[in-house]
Amino acid sequence: MYTPIKCYQPYHGPFDPCPPRGTVCYQTPPNLYLGFQPPNLQQFPIQEALYKGTLWPVLYDPYPTPLEKGAKR
Amino acid sequence: MWYYEKKLQYPVKVTECNPRLAKYLIEQYGGADGELSAALRYLNQRYSIPDKVIGLLTDIGTEEFAHLEMIATMIYKLTKDATPEQMKAAGLGAHYANHDNALFYHNAAGSPWTATYIQAKGDPIADLYEDIAAEEKARATYQWIINMSDDPCLNDSLKFLREREVVHSQRFREAVEILKFEKDRKQFF
Repeated sequence: MYTPIKCYQPYHGPFDPCPPRGTVCYQTPPNLYLGFQPPNLQQFPIQEALYKGTLWPVLYDPYPTPLEKGAKR
Repeated sequence: MWYYEKKLQYPVKVTECNPRLAKYLIEQYGGADGELSAALRYLNQRYSIPDKVIGLLTDIGTEEFAHLEMIATMIYKLTKDATPEQMKAAGLGAHYANHDNALFYHNAAGSPWTATYIQAKGDPIADLYEDIAAEEKARATYQWIINMSDDPCLNDSLKFLREREVVHSQRFREAVEILKFEKDRKQFF
């Protein structure tokens, strides 16, 4: 299943001066996966689209990533 | 030729007097991956790109100027009433010495904008890949600024701009697909 965020645990050595950051995450927005956009996809209502910055729910990528979409904070 | 509409693409509202944010936002104004670089890069590359994707570069390049205007509005609102002391406290002392409270095309570290930030290689794939990378870098820059800003109204505009970067990247990726398409080749799914 598509997740807009990926996380990993970087190595933390015993002599590293700063406390570990623990999990480090990076964004993987939907444009990485869509390929050529197929026709007739679902659209937001026009007012909502102007607010969100895209007409297409498939391209909508809220930031910071909401918890229900896999954010770890 | 362009028509100018005397309004912003998306409203810009700033609630907190926080000139320090202006110091970070200037990265998107005159930085390497900022809106000025983006607009000039696309509007220049479009002359030597295959016909099928010229319009895309024109449209996105034009929109980048609309974004530039939004960033300018944010920076202007954050600094227009700042005293020299406030500018100094916000890390903008060097900026004040050189420009007073005026905006200028430089990055967050104070380096002036330079044409070496952008490229036109003349190879359509190389140019479009640069454009995709530029959009992803701008998206990341917006993320880092949102992470440092706690002004919900300003963040609202920044989130809109970030989403536009996602859409632009998608369209550039589609442009690559158009240019590499082989019409006689069998499609396997």
